[in-house]
Amino acid sequence: MTTPVVIEARDVRKAFRIPEHRVDTLKERALHPLARGGRRELHALRGVSFDVHRGEFFGIVGRNGSGKSTLLKIMSSIYRADAGSIRMAGRLAPFIELGVGFNPELTSRDNVVLNGVMMGLGRREARRRLDAVLDFAELRDFEELKLKNYSSGMMVRLAFAVMVEADADIMLVDEVLAVGDAAFAQKCMDVFRDRRRAGRTLVLVTHDMATVQGFCDRAMLLHDGEQRYLGAAEEAALRYYRLNFGGGGEWEAPQGAGGVPDVNVRPVEAWLEGPDGERVENVEQGEPFGLQAVFEARHELVAPTFGFHFADTDGTTLFGFNVMPVEESVAAGRRVRVRAEIESPLLPGRYFVTCWVSRNRTQGDLALHVVRLLDFVVYGTRPGPGSVAVRADVEATLEPLEVRTP
Amino acid sequence: MSDGTLELREVRGPSALGGGRRRALELLYLIAVTDFRRSYLGTALGYLWSFARPLALFAVLLTVFTQAFDLGDRVVNYPVLLLFNIVLFSFFQEATTQAVSSIVSQESVVRKTQFPRLVIPLAVVLTSAFNLGVNLVVVLGFLLAAGIEPRWTWLLFGLVLAVLVVLTTAAAAILAALYPRFRDTGIIWGVTVTALFYATPVLYPSDILSGRLRDLLALNPLTPLFELARRWVIDPAAPYPEAGAGLAVAAAIFLAVCALAVWVFRREAPRIAEEL
Repeated sequence: MTTPVVIEARDVRKAFRIPEHRVDTLKERALHPLARGGRRELHALRGVSFDVHRGEFFGIVGRNGSGKSTLLKIMSSIYRADAGSIRMAGRLAPFIELGVGFNPELTSRDNVVLNGVMMGLGRREARRRLDAVLDFAELRDFEELKLKNYSSGMMVRLAFAVMVEADADIMLVDEVLAVGDAAFAQKCMDVFRDRRRAGRTLVLVTHDMATVQGFCDRAMLLHDGEQRYLGAAEEAALRYYRLNFGGGGEWEAPQGAGGVPDVNVRPVEAWLEGPDGERVENVEQGEPFGLQAVFEARHELVAPTFGFHFADTDGTTLFGFNVMPVEESVAAGRRVRVRAEIESPLLPGRYFVTCWVSRNRTQGDLALHVVRLLDFVVYGTRPGPGSVAVRADVEATLEPLEVRTP
Repeated sequence: MSDGTLELREVRGPSALGGGRRRALELLYLIAVTDFRRSYLGTALGYLWSFARPLALFAVLLTVFTQAFDLGDRVVNYPVLLLFNIVLFSFFQEATTQAVSSIVSQESVVRKTQFPRLVIPLAVVLTSAFNLGVNLVVVLGFLLAAGIEPRWTWLLFGLVLAVLVVLTTAAAAILAALYPRFRDTGIIWGVTVTALFYATPVLYPSDILSGRLRDLLALNPLTPLFELARRWVIDPAAPYPEAGAGLAVAAAIFLAVCALAVWVFRREAPRIAEEL
């Protein structure tokens, strides 16, 4: 990378002091002046360092609670770091959420100017770009309409248009693409690519690995506030899967306040098997393969169901199956092994296995949901449209000529 | 546009005016102007409504203090003085009470963008100041109608106004910064401002009070402002604020409030997003 560094972070640290008993009023403070003891430190970031170069798409990945949003908020000057330093070059536009600061009582015209100034434009400059914003959002006919009368789709379009036209040197984006439909997400990405050509830099915080692999040049993996990896986006995504979902390798139990839903049952191991029963990373097109997964019950599991979905990189489920153990319940500490033989319909490409465990069958109580248990590649030389091949008898014949009278 | 070598600058985190002074000023202006315009264009009788409250209060108080008490006979130009005082105090009251919850009600902006924190209470004060300006024009009409001749001392009223705005701004900043952490600030301030209404020479001029009560009143930093406003604008025969210990204390309180505002806001601004 030869372009200059535009973001330089060095050993950034941040801890939140979470009061166990929140002192919210003066009376409580007066009655318990020394009641400061009940505070817990939550280390959101434990020393993070990285550089981002101009024109780069940089991903920050990690699951919920890993500290990625905290880092973004520190870069955006919403939180202050406890220690370490961040230096940036150029004008910054943070998009923690689309449409922040929109006032529903104002017209879109007023909102666009106000939002433009919030993104760091001068007042005059913001007015000058008003037309471009309205054109981009295709909302020119509605410029005098109060925002409260806008549909949510129009609102998102307007917010995105403001962000594009604000034209900041560095854009910090937090899951912006999670809003809107697929077509909108595509438009966002096209715009970001276009901006990159103009030398703009994008920092994207996400837990969607498909986005990271598809769009980022480099990425950083955060886990419990620690920097676990910094480098190629592809590798960061793989490590993310491995770290969080233990695809075949050593399973690492996630700790801390991540809201990890594996308190009832945890996946111990999962792997794919080739036709001869050997463990494989990837699968050949058209060949049957096996899936094995081992789960351990942490508490007694009553009437569990184990479900597996195979999905493509867009997250679309292609097929799946459920299985129930023969035994009605699984005692704490016992392990369950799931085996599946799959006649593969998958075309060449990258796929993921999502798994979930529910208990108390009749109540549909979800005990575990692992978004990406495994990821693998189907290799082969017969790609086709879509992701799966189905057996179909197809033929085309010429219709006999008919004589038509007009 | 940004080619060549860009200089790396330290990101210092949120602060009272984070993101540059110029941007803060532009935001302040835009927010206050749109708020002000909205309150005027929102309803057909927009402005009348914003003046209706002080006017209604004025009508009630005027009836009470001229009919039940004899202030109308003892004070020169009492009705105009009362209206003038109510308009001035309404500014202080409106700006400070609205500032209390201002930051919390702008929660999403504070938590999700790099927004200069001080701008939020300042915009409230500025909007109220616009209202005050329009109200003062109406008061001017009443002054002339009451037969008060324009005098050069009217220019000095600008000083009173400046000090009043500074004091209001300081109070607004303190209240807005404390509210996210202490949610009872709103209730306490509601009572305090009512007490201040009676402890400031709004309804009555301070010179009709007896000695001890008057000494007590002199400690209120708002008192000398109202006394000066009365002398300079309405009644040149009215006394100046007594130069004494009372005035010194009032001045000290004024300075203390300003210093406290700077200190509290500096201290709280970086943490406000985390407290919400």
